[in-house]
Amino acid sequence: MPITINDTPHDLPDDPRVSLLDFLRSHAGLTGTKKGCDHGQCGACTVLVNGVRINSCLSLAVTHDGDEVTTIEGLGSPVSPSEMQQAFLRHDGFQCGYCTPGQICSATAMLKEIAAGWPSDATDDLEASPKLTGEEIRERMSGNLCRCGAYANIVAAIRDVAGENA
Amino acid sequence: MSVHCKQDAPDERNVLDSTKQGVLGEPLERPEGLLKVTGTATYAAEFDAESCLEGVLVTLPVVRGTITSIDRESVLQMPGVVAVITDERLTGRAAQGMAGEAPFQPAQQVCYWGQPVALVVAESFEEARDAAKHLSVECNADEGDAPLDPDTVEAEQRKPTKNGDLAHAMTQAAHSVDATFTTDGHASAAMEPHAAMAQWDGQSLTVHASLQMLKFNRAELADSLNLKEKQVRLIAPYVGGGFGSKLGISQETVGASLAAMKLGKPVRVVMSRQQVFQTIMRRSETTQRVRLAADSEGRLTGFGHEARVSNLPGEEFAEPVLQSSQFLYGGDNRLLQLEVARIHRMTAGSVRAPGEAVGVQTVEQAMDMLAEKAGIDPVELRLRNIPERHPAKDKPYSSRKLAECLREGASAFGWKDGPRKPRHTREGEWWIGSGVASAARIHAVVEAKARVTLRPDGTALVETDMTDIGTGTYAILGQVAGEMLGLSLDDVEVRLGDTDMPPGSGSGGSFGASSCGSAVFLACEGLRDTLAEKLGIEASDLSLKDGFALWENEKKSIAEVLDGKAIEEIGHFEPGKSTEDYAVASFGAFFAEVAVNHWTGETRVRRMTGAFGFGRVLNARTARSQCLGGMTWCIGNALTESLLFDPTDGHLANCDLAEYHVPVHRDVPDLEVVLLEERDAAASPIQAKGVGELGLCGGAGAIANAIYDACGARVFAYPMTPDRVLAAMPDK
Amino acid sequence: MRPFDYQRAERLEHAAQLAADDDTMALAGGTNLIDLMKLQVETPQTLVDIGRLSLGEIADEGDGLRIGALASNTATAAHARVRSDYPVLARAILAGATQQLRNKATTGGNLCQRTRCYYFTNIDQPCNKREPGTGCGAIDGIAKLHAVLGTSPHCIATYPGDMAVALAALDATVEIAGDSHERSVPVREFHRLPGDTPERDNVLEAGEIITSVTLPAPVGGTQIYRKVRERSSYAFALCSVAAVIDMADNRFTRADLAFGGLAHKPWHDPRIADLLVGSEPSPALFDKAADLLLEDARGYGENDFKIPLARRTLTAVLCEATGVEA
Ligand SMILES: Cc1cc2nc3c(=O)[nH]c(=O)nc-3n(C[C@H](O)[C@H](O)[C@H](O)COP(=O)(O)OP(=O)(O)OC[C@H]3O[C@@H](n4cnc5c(N)ncnc54)[C@H](O)[C@@H]3O)c2cc1C
Ligand code: SF4
Ligand code: FES
Ligand code: FES
Repeated sequence: MPITINDTPHDLPDDPRVSLLDFLRSHAGLTGTKKGCDHGQCGACTVLVNGVRINSCLSLAVTHDGDEVTTIEGLGSPVSPSEMQQAFLRHDGFQCGYCTPGQICSATAMLKEIAAGWPSDATDDLEASPKLTGEEIRERMSGNLCRCGAYANIVAAIRDVAGENA
Repeated sequence: MSVHCKQDAPDERNVLDSTKQGVLGEPLERPEGLLKVTGTATYAAEFDAESCLEGVLVTLPVVRGTITSIDRESVLQMPGVVAVITDERLTGRAAQGMAGEAPFQPAQQVCYWGQPVALVVAESFEEARDAAKHLSVECNADEGDAPLDPDTVEAEQRKPTKNGDLAHAMTQAAHSVDATFTTDGHASAAMEPHAAMAQWDGQSLTVHASLQMLKFNRAELADSLNLKEKQVRLIAPYVGGGFGSKLGISQETVGASLAAMKLGKPVRVVMSRQQVFQTIMRRSETTQRVRLAADSEGRLTGFGHEARVSNLPGEEFAEPVLQSSQFLYGGDNRLLQLEVARIHRMTAGSVRAPGEAVGVQTVEQAMDMLAEKAGIDPVELRLRNIPERHPAKDKPYSSRKLAECLREGASAFGWKDGPRKPRHTREGEWWIGSGVASAARIHAVVEAKARVTLRPDGTALVETDMTDIGTGTYAILGQVAGEMLGLSLDDVEVRLGDTDMPPGSGSGGSFGASSCGSAVFLACEGLRDTLAEKLGIEASDLSLKDGFALWENEKKSIAEVLDGKAIEEIGHFEPGKSTEDYAVASFGAFFAEVAVNHWTGETRVRRMTGAFGFGRVLNARTARSQCLGGMTWCIGNALTESLLFDPTDGHLANCDLAEYHVPVHRDVPDLEVVLLEERDAAASPIQAKGVGELGLCGGAGAIANAIYDACGARVFAYPMTPDRVLAAMPDK
Repeated sequence: MRPFDYQRAERLEHAAQLAADDDTMALAGGTNLIDLMKLQVETPQTLVDIGRLSLGEIADEGDGLRIGALASNTATAAHARVRSDYPVLARAILAGATQQLRNKATTGGNLCQRTRCYYFTNIDQPCNKREPGTGCGAIDGIAKLHAVLGTSPHCIATYPGDMAVALAALDATVEIAGDSHERSVPVREFHRLPGDTPERDNVLEAGEIITSVTLPAPVGGTQIYRKVRERSSYAFALCSVAAVIDMADNRFTRADLAFGGLAHKPWHDPRIADLLVGSEPSPALFDKAADLLLEDARGYGENDFKIPLARRTLTAVLCEATGVEA
């Protein structure tokens, strides 16, 4: 079975060593997903696989047959940016832009995770549904490093999208 | 045509305050932002070229030695491998900022553990990476006595600044502080690893690279390869962060170029994160002694700052720790002395805010200690010690907002003044405290050119090889041009990052905006003259707004004035005497509140305010972002970042982002930025100074002071990790 | 990464058969294995992808709970029963790594994750764990992350995980299957101290696959996972404490404690529970507990701080659990 990326099917690579990240960037020509460390240590490569965010650098492409992958290009484009992409723009939630696709994929998935009631290290009451506090957002976004230090603005962008819940 | 200005005197005209468009300084969104948030901005490794080969650098686990042989054959037989590049022109180190010449060659001479010595090129990345691990390299190692520990080797002394007699002032002082601090090494750790994609057509080389200063980088690359500069074109429209690490070229750019030249095919080389850590510039660790002598009212009579830093043999650069100690505070009796230990670790060079990033925070901790001894509020102590004139060189300050920043910052933060005593507030396991520090960063400007074209349709095009490394160049150059030419940002196109365009200053030392902004300003002044001439009026009578020329009671669209013909000017800015005749610097103040865990020594910054004055604000949004970035770095500098070098072979042990701890989201609370409007006429023709680095010059000191205020632990070593805080906890 | 043969296991026995070969490794979430393969710390010739075996279920097992080897760390931490009956486990998982990593990381992989010792992950450095007989780079090198308990002259690495520390406090059991056998090992006995064979991290034999972890019936009490780290998130533990504490009449009735970051296994010392249970909580008692814990502790320079840190963290946890102020 092929892998589906942003609704387009692709054949898997012959070399099983190819990471999902390299597959996206080099084979599928989708360079929006970034490589910052290649070892699961920065979050720049975050994509959604079947709706769940993962580090694409630590996953082999061949293991993803039949999976649906959504990358930053799949969330929105310059002509029709997603709500989260627009919020990042409005709040200057980036500087160099290199961590940005990963931050946006993460943020998009994160809001769904909170809605689904997944707890985090910042959740006070494990048995209640988590609230969208600043501390919750920061903890849940901590897998995405930003060396430019745009964190404060990224949190503002996420709060903006989350609206009243935040 | 070209408009040239060598700034020998302050420019008090403040032209940009009389223009009519009103876009300059506005918090406008970045014009390239939409591309960045949709993943469609292309970084160096992402340019496509048909049948591009992949190269991976081979590094050698040897401290010092000379390569005697490289067994290419073993690797050439591996699947997909195309070539092994061992050319003598391969460089062993990264070039220092603004070197403009080849860095250390040949790579075969090894000077630090992990130095790249060869490049393996293959058809796929996986093949190249595996083959690179297999290349067998024989080396005549000379490791035995290679010095590795900066504390145990004899150091070279740099020329000191000496006034009066500090030792005597210390004995006479009513209050004095004599403290020694250490700061661990730092890595820039820009999120985009160093990358280059090179193409050679037999005559000329085109390299998509991740570099900050293309004009210098082109010269460095040409020199490294024995090419003429005009044979080399560098392209870098987007750079995924630099922070000093991409000021000069490094091995991936030279390697990709040599491979492309040899193979006649495009070659891409991207460093692994580990390689970036192991071979790109580190900020030197420092040991600093600070001495303060004061009278009974806390006025400084003596000021001493001595620092030891390190670098590889043969490197001129020495972390300029004392840079702002020259002018921040007074004290007639002064001694500033820097020394450099020669050791075999990777090159030390510029990491964001070289010098002040580690030099201000120690002085600020000493000031805090002095305030406690003298029983004076720490903010007040600083206010009392702002000198009238440059204390060592006796020249005037051009413009300085230090006092205002301290006062306005204190009020925004809600600073409680008065003498202080630690351990006043506890919330559960956490001690709560606050601290202050001044911010200071020297100002520099660099020669820069930019071309501005008014196109027949009345829109403008700005072109320079200047880069935008996240700093906001696309926005601010557009805003300077828009302001001068009466255009909205939508009607100004800015093209950056290509050496085919006029050479800008490059991004470094926070001088990019004021230098390139001035070049754009000058070009626009020329264009305004031409427009006035076409209208037959004096340029001083001309206003430009919303695409129209306005004079007396007349109005005509710019397109109409142009009458179908584009006009262009090259602005050429050069630093002159104005930045020598005055002490020119950016200033500010930091206030931090922290919580320190009584049991574990873990420290969390709860909130932080920074107030800054850096001349004219060109875009309040991107300037604020720069400050936020700097303050985020303060947190890493104060609490988490440390390069750990192995004592046996000097290799960097924590060479990745899991173990070199840059701050994560959760480490960074809400940050407040107060921007003070200022015009600094001596700084640049647009009255702007540097902002990118100021935000991290001193702030770690505010955090350190807050730790002390919280729990009574006076920590003298940065970063203040739990082990260090616990060791200093009064009741351990 | 070395070339390897990629195989997908269709059934458990198939996986076990394949994994019996020395040069074969099982791939679950990949967040540790792929990392190490890129560094060529791990160089399997065959990779058996067990990711699609049906071992992901989390289900009641009597009064206890069975967590499948392939359940993601996220699924486990978010599971209603884990949150209500075994909160220390949810807390420990959530204190580890990041949401992205936990979404991929699995129970089995987490238990088997390898040390973060800088020398282990750098193939150009000596390391007895990676290459027996080459020496230990950390003992005379940078040992900040390293162990203070149960070390040997051959290796001072720690087991870096969080989840297993909570499992040890809860006295969970690892269920293991081979080609033709099954066995159970208490989590407390699953990881190995280095001794003179540091290359063996745990008791798994070639060809054995973890199928699940079973938790005993819930014991209630106050459950705490306390992790001390250098950043507020996304950092391994300098030291951690998992505690399941119960009191009656101001006396301990239960005090199951396990410690992370101190040894190459979640450290569990039954003497501590013996000391505490039946006694009234007091700072002096907590000090005695710490004395027991750290009796044989030994630092290697850079990690000396872990000894007082472990004492203080233990005290903090006991204070929190009992309401005693120190
Ligand atoms: C940057 C970073 C930070 C991290 N921080 C933390 C942290 O703070 N705390 C923490 O606890 N962890 C942390 N982790 C580790 C993470 O939790 C582990 O990588 C993960 O749990 C491993 O699970 P996996 O399924 O991905 O394992 P894999 O990578 O697939 O496998 C790991 C090992 O387990 C073996 N294995 C897997 N499944 C089985 C099985 N069923 N039977 C037998 N053997 C098996 C594999 O053969 C392999 O040897 C971090 C990881 C990274 C990359
Ligand atoms: S501590 Fe263990 S893992 Fe680390 S270098 Fe020594 S032997 Fe290797
Ligand atoms: S590139 Fe995948 S986490 Fe850094
Ligand atoms: S925007 Fe540069 S790293 Fe985040």
